[in-house]
Amino acid sequence: MSDNGILRIIARFLIPLILLVGLYIQFHGEYSPGGGFQAGVVFAVGWILYVLIWGLERGLKVISLKAMYVLSAAGVLLYAGTGLLGVLLGGKYLEFYPLLESPHAAQQAGIIVVEFGVGLTVATVAMLIFTLFARRRSEWIAALEQDDPEQRP
Amino acid sequence: MRVRDLFAAGMLFAIYSLVSAGLFTVLDAGDVALTEAAVGAGLSTILVLAVLTLARRYEHPVGSHNWLALSVVLVTGALLVYATLDLPEFGAADNPAQVHVGPFYIENSYRDMGVPNMVAAVLASYRSIDTMGEAFVIFAAALAVFALLSVRPRRDMPGVRRRHPPRSAASKGEEDEA
Repeated sequence: MSDNGILRIIARFLIPLILLVGLYIQFHGEYSPGGGFQAGVVFAVGWILYVLIWGLERGLKVISLKAMYVLSAAGVLLYAGTGLLGVLLGGKYLEFYPLLESPHAAQQAGIIVVEFGVGLTVATVAMLIFTLFARRRSEWIAALEQDDPEQRP
Repeated sequence: MRVRDLFAAGMLFAIYSLVSAGLFTVLDAGDVALTEAAVGAGLSTILVLAVLTLARRYEHPVGSHNWLALSVVLVTGALLVYATLDLPEFGAADNPAQVHVGPFYIENSYRDMGVPNMVAAVLASYRSIDTMGEAFVIFAAALAVFALLSVRPRRDMPGVRRRHPPRSAASKGEEDEA
């Protein structure tokens, strides 16, 4: 749809804004409504808008399918690892107080890190599911054309 | 109301989610409203559209009415309406939701963590293991979709040769969406 000027200009204006709002919801989540889950979805939607306008091929150049797999696992591992770090430093699992000296700073650091893990997982999982569905149709057509070129859909 | 057009049904779901998000905003539940608007109205609509590129646009018409299903729905609905009579008054101060752990969080969360948004404090710290479970559920959803769709379609797979990917649903859906 990149041949439509209105869509292209509006998307060019909106996509950075959406990504910025996603980051704001992520890192301002302790002070205002928001958190990793919402932020991840908003961030992923920015990328999906890019794909809707400029196509999946260019979208996958921004972030490859492999990067999505790795980052979605890295997000949950970051969450679980923060919990284990608390155990190693002498607390309970997912207890944040041992992380830093000051109790408030420790709690806030723990919350920011685990929320970032959630955001990372949610964003990449949303992109991943969208990509898998969006490329299915072209794979289907390719499978039909491969053996029997005259039976094009 | 009956909608056989799956694209219209998807749009109606998006509108429903957006109205729900407005309702949550009116009830001062900012976090829930944000989630509903981002996930219900935004992401799931896009995913429905992505799936519609693989399916036909119109639901296959069914000849007769399914009276058994209708009676099950009616009886269940009547029971649920009857059950609402036992619910405590909406917003009353002595509701179980207001007297259980709620006061503890209100009194202690800022002193414990210095985080103004109580929802974030409860989700990420008091109930951290719950939230970790949620993150793993989302990751498992991605694994399930990957397991189903990572196999490339071949001509000899059932359903691939018999049916071409339908044209109208996909192209129309995407044009209208943009």
